Amino acid sequence: MKEIVVLSGKGGTGKTTVTASLAALVKNAVLTDCDVDAADLYLILKPEIKDTFKFWGSQKARINEKTCIRCGKCENVCRFDAIKDFKVNPTFCEGCGVCYNICSQKAIDMVDTLSGHWYISDTRYGPMVHARLGIAEENSGKLVSLVKKTAREIAERRGYKYIITDGPPGIGCPVISTLSGADEAMIVTEPTAAGLHDMERLLKLAENFKVTVKVVINKFDLAEEKSKEIEQFCIDKGIEVIGKIPFDEDVVKAISKGVPPVEYSSGPAAEALNNVAVLLP
Amino acid sequence: MAGIAPTEAQDYFLIGGENMIIAIASGKGGTGKTTVAANLAVTLKDKMPVALLDCDVEEPNDHLFLMPEFTEKESVTLPVPSIDSDKCTHCGICTKICDYHALADLGKKILVFEELCHGCGGCSLLCPAGAITEIHKEIGLVERGTAKGIEFIRGTLSIGKVSAPPVIRKVKRWIKSGPAIATAAVIIDSPPGTSCPMINAVSGADYCVLVTEPTPFGLNDLKLAIGVVRELKIPFGVVINRAGMGDDEVEKYLQEQSIPLLMKIPFDRRYAACYARGRLLVEEFPELKQTFNNLWKAIERRVEA
Repeated sequence: MKEIVVLSGKGGTGKTTVTASLAALVKNAVLTDCDVDAADLYLILKPEIKDTFKFWGSQKARINEKTCIRCGKCENVCRFDAIKDFKVNPTFCEGCGVCYNICSQKAIDMVDTLSGHWYISDTRYGPMVHARLGIAEENSGKLVSLVKKTAREIAERRGYKYIITDGPPGIGCPVISTLSGADEAMIVTEPTAAGLHDMERLLKLAENFKVTVKVVINKFDLAEEKSKEIEQFCIDKGIEVIGKIPFDEDVVKAISKGVPPVEYSSGPAAEALNNVAVLLP
Repeated sequence: MAGIAPTEAQDYFLIGGENMIIAIASGKGGTGKTTVAANLAVTLKDKMPVALLDCDVEEPNDHLFLMPEFTEKESVTLPVPSIDSDKCTHCGICTKICDYHALADLGKKILVFEELCHGCGGCSLLCPAGAITEIHKEIGLVERGTAKGIEFIRGTLSIGKVSAPPVIRKVKRWIKSGPAIATAAVIIDSPPGTSCPMINAVSGADYCVLVTEPTPFGLNDLKLAIGVVRELKIPFGVVINRAGMGDDEVEKYLQEQSIPLLMKIPFDRRYAACYARGRLLVEEFPELKQTFNNLWKAIERRVEA
């Protein structure tokens, strides 16, 4: 079983478009969406939810007004500025419990917080594990780990060849959780100054993991010079560019219709995506 | 989850002065936050002193367009425990209270997993043997300088570090502690998403501009971002980038919800090529200056209302 994670550094380069197309072409994969705070893959794969689970992401402190003697110790020790005037601001509380431990009156409780939900679903292309982080919630890394762990269990139990993951943008907490344990990171970039800059940071991060990195340049013909620069950069780093997808209005139309681009047309982008699928390990 | 009142947020970020703080955010990545933030800042600088804060610390990009010269830098650190094995009695308190499982007792010594530590300080505070001190580990950098006449501040999360919010908070301290105080407009380029980094970036803003694109992905993630700014009680409007490329669903949604559409940037291959080279739209297409001026007027009207 091979775990392939689609990442980008920069947002909006086409991760979900590529993931949905691979899902439709491979047909032997467990699919996951690890972009848990702005998940879009479901719009194309249209999962039928089989099981829904609650995600208890973290605990938050709560001060009991009746037993609180207003000594102010909790506010002093809180490093996250989450306590003001003997009240906890849950948006900034990181659940560390220092206030709970320091309170001489035992006036502080740590309360479990429902931070989102995660799902096991069926799609036309195979099972899908996905999640929704609640609005203004944290601990996305923990939710990503949970999604990935479940996907691995399903893949092993039911003998799937791949896990294909739509990843989050950036290089922080959820990306690190996504990269953890993956076999291949497919980096979808775009031929822009920002696309290259952000990919470079992601590549440096990926060096810390035992993961093979491959690059796909999306909309490469919108800026051919920049595309060549990215290709040269990859050659210099010894990274294989496994696909160059042209800008193709059919992709936008396919997404608007909610179908993977490879099923919508056999245009130039669909052809390039087919070639990427052929090169999977 | 309970929201935070605007006054608390303002207090938290030492915000609430004379300058107008505008956050440029989005649920979905790559919709054009940086395009809007950088072009708006450059358009405004002829009229008023402007500060631009790049709070997308995982992948900061504004500098690619503005070519700043930095004059100051400050590292952002996280206090992580350092354990004196001679003093440690292996009482088990630190490993028990650490909510992030960043400490493990191996019998002979306590192992610290720095990557898991949030720097809460609980272990050093509660260790009865006084065996724990804190050392400051760098997790990011904040740089300050000027770019094209704009006061520019950039935060960068170190590669391999998990926690963007402390870096974002340090960038935002500059709103009240440097030359940015004297600016009339502070523009915050936010990270994408709807979780802690985005919330830390937009909290305390007077107004939030949500940038989206006319696709189902754009609409889906716009709705999520609207959920956050409503929770934070920040007034907001929407910019549609690459207008004409997808469908009309975003505009229909805005009309239904009576959400102000502040600006549309049409899809144009020339604009895409300009962005690709790291150039500013308002410099290559001066006619767009008026469009960005109008955006500012639309924002100003709504903040003052």
